[in-house]
Amino acid sequence: MMITLEYNFREPRTRTFYGYEAGDAFYEALIEAHRDLDEEQSALVNARLVLLLANHVGDVDLLREAIRLAREDVVGG
Amino acid sequence: MLKTYQYPKFPFVRPAELDSPQTRHVPVIVVGAGPVGLSAAIDLAQRNIPVVLLDEDDTVSIGSRGVCYAKRALEILDRYGVGERVVQKGVSWNVGRTFFRDEEVFRFNLVPEPDHHRPGMVNLQQYYLEEYLIDRARELPNIDLRWKSTVIGVTPGEDAVTVRVETPAGAYALSCDWLIAADGARSPIRRMLGLDIEGKIFMDRFLIADVVMKADFPPERWFWFDPPFHPGQSVLLHRQADDVWRIDFQLGWDADPEEEKKPERVIPRIRAMLGDDREFELEWVSVYTFQCRRMKRFNHGRVLFVGDSAHQVSPFGARGANSGIQDVDNLGWKLELVMQGKAPAALLDTYSDERTYAADENIRNSTRSTDFITPKGNVSKTFRNAVLGLARHHPFARGLVNSGRLSVPSFYVDSPLNTPDADAFAGRMVPGAPMDDAPVAAAGGGSPWLLPHFGQGFRLMIALDDAAALDAATAEGLAALRRGAIPVEPIVIAREGGAPGGIETLHDVKGRVRERYDLQPGTVYLVRPDQHVAARWRRFDPAAIEAALRRASGQRA
Repeated sequence: MMITLEYNFREPRTRTFYGYEAGDAFYEALIEAHRDLDEEQSALVNARLVLLLANHVGDVDLLREAIRLAREDVVGG
Repeated sequence: MLKTYQYPKFPFVRPAELDSPQTRHVPVIVVGAGPVGLSAAIDLAQRNIPVVLLDEDDTVSIGSRGVCYAKRALEILDRYGVGERVVQKGVSWNVGRTFFRDEEVFRFNLVPEPDHHRPGMVNLQQYYLEEYLIDRARELPNIDLRWKSTVIGVTPGEDAVTVRVETPAGAYALSCDWLIAADGARSPIRRMLGLDIEGKIFMDRFLIADVVMKADFPPERWFWFDPPFHPGQSVLLHRQADDVWRIDFQLGWDADPEEEKKPERVIPRIRAMLGDDREFELEWVSVYTFQCRRMKRFNHGRVLFVGDSAHQVSPFGARGANSGIQDVDNLGWKLELVMQGKAPAALLDTYSDERTYAADENIRNSTRSTDFITPKGNVSKTFRNAVLGLARHHPFARGLVNSGRLSVPSFYVDSPLNTPDADAFAGRMVPGAPMDDAPVAAAGGGSPWLLPHFGQGFRLMIALDDAAALDAATAEGLAALRRGAIPVEPIVIAREGGAPGGIETLHDVKGRVRERYDLQPGTVYLVRPDQHVAARWRRFDPAAIEAALRRASGQRA
């Protein structure tokens, strides 16, 4: 299985009429998750979130690919 | 004084009320002759309702201010008789491009499908729109437009509302059945009535500059995150009419608005952006902050709030003036039915219900854009920059780049005026949806587009293969709907032929109407006067249509 890089956000229980709504709703929830947290707490929330999603994905090859893409452009060249 | 535009000056005319001891009573007073108040006056006047329109000033908006007029607002402005002038004078565009530092990361197209009359957006300085609306208002004999007339008192009552109006020649009282407050974000009427408006202020400042220059950049919206010429902040560029370009620079909360407006501060910012060689002249500069907030209800007895007086959004998304024009589109027909005694006053509650729903959608989208554009806090900024970085390579991240979700009409899917579907339909023209436009050929002449044929009353759209094959029973049923207390005008959509009895027939020349509305022979749509779908069926059923019409006009179904 290949990692999905096409836009894949959706809200199955909400009828939406514009393509950006589901992604924007996710992004809002993500930012909201950090409200009133200090930096250490925020980092911990992010780490926990990655772990929860990683388990949901499950496929370790896929996760390795995601890790590779996440590091790309961040560390030297 | 602008170099490209001569501000008109409208004369104050001494009103007869100053010389009369009696308080005159009129059906409707609209307060505020901005784009929304003018639209309200025109909408009602086109319905043969006399309107007194009061404005405290004697000219149009100073500076470009509202710039982007969206497809749906243009369709409404078409009905008000100014759409064509706006489109002709303005700069039409559909494509928005977003840059992060020095790279393009995202591009959107507002109208990705073909065969729509109006473009996704037209850029035009607000003063032109106001000028065109004023020209139109002056053509309508039942609009009494009064300049230099400031409302200084409001007395709401059970049966009437009285306002006190101050003019250069003295003050007078005027009473009305309905008062429409289009008096802007600071709405004196809202304040005089002690009504709350709740929401949040964004801790940021933006510099807007109107710049005159010759440039052959394409007619697109360009947005930069953290560009080299304005590091750490965002910049937005729009082309307007007359070679005037509008540039918005994010400044941050700590900027001093008075200092930032000085040409010696503004010009270097623009030069850094445009390069040293480009000749330009600065025409108008302003610094703004904004709030996202709305009133709990938009109707308070006989006082109806429209536009910025009722709701305010951040400017990212052009959801201000556009949503105000949609407020008026929603209100006009409802107020007419109530004033005619054909619908209960409770129909106006649905104005508030539907337009607060739309306001929430506009506030939600513009707040999300603002939070992305001006992230508050380190985590927000890290996520934002992560999205922008990933967007270079990965489509999913491009979908998350939010430099403004531009004004689109609301789907009133929860409206009590809708009759839920009993039959199966595909597509997005659900009850509550704003009608999609499509090309047509009008057998009886008229516009080659669908929407202009829908006018300002209820319509019943019935689909046939051959319009001439409309059967006698259906034709009689359509005639009866036409004669009803609330008349419903039929429109036949067909591949060919003309409907009997002179019923308006449109040919679906490109098949787009069928495609967008999931039409089959016999399919019927009941459409509200504001061109939102009220109900639809797979066959013509007069009793079902009657019930849906009662529901859509606020009567018990």
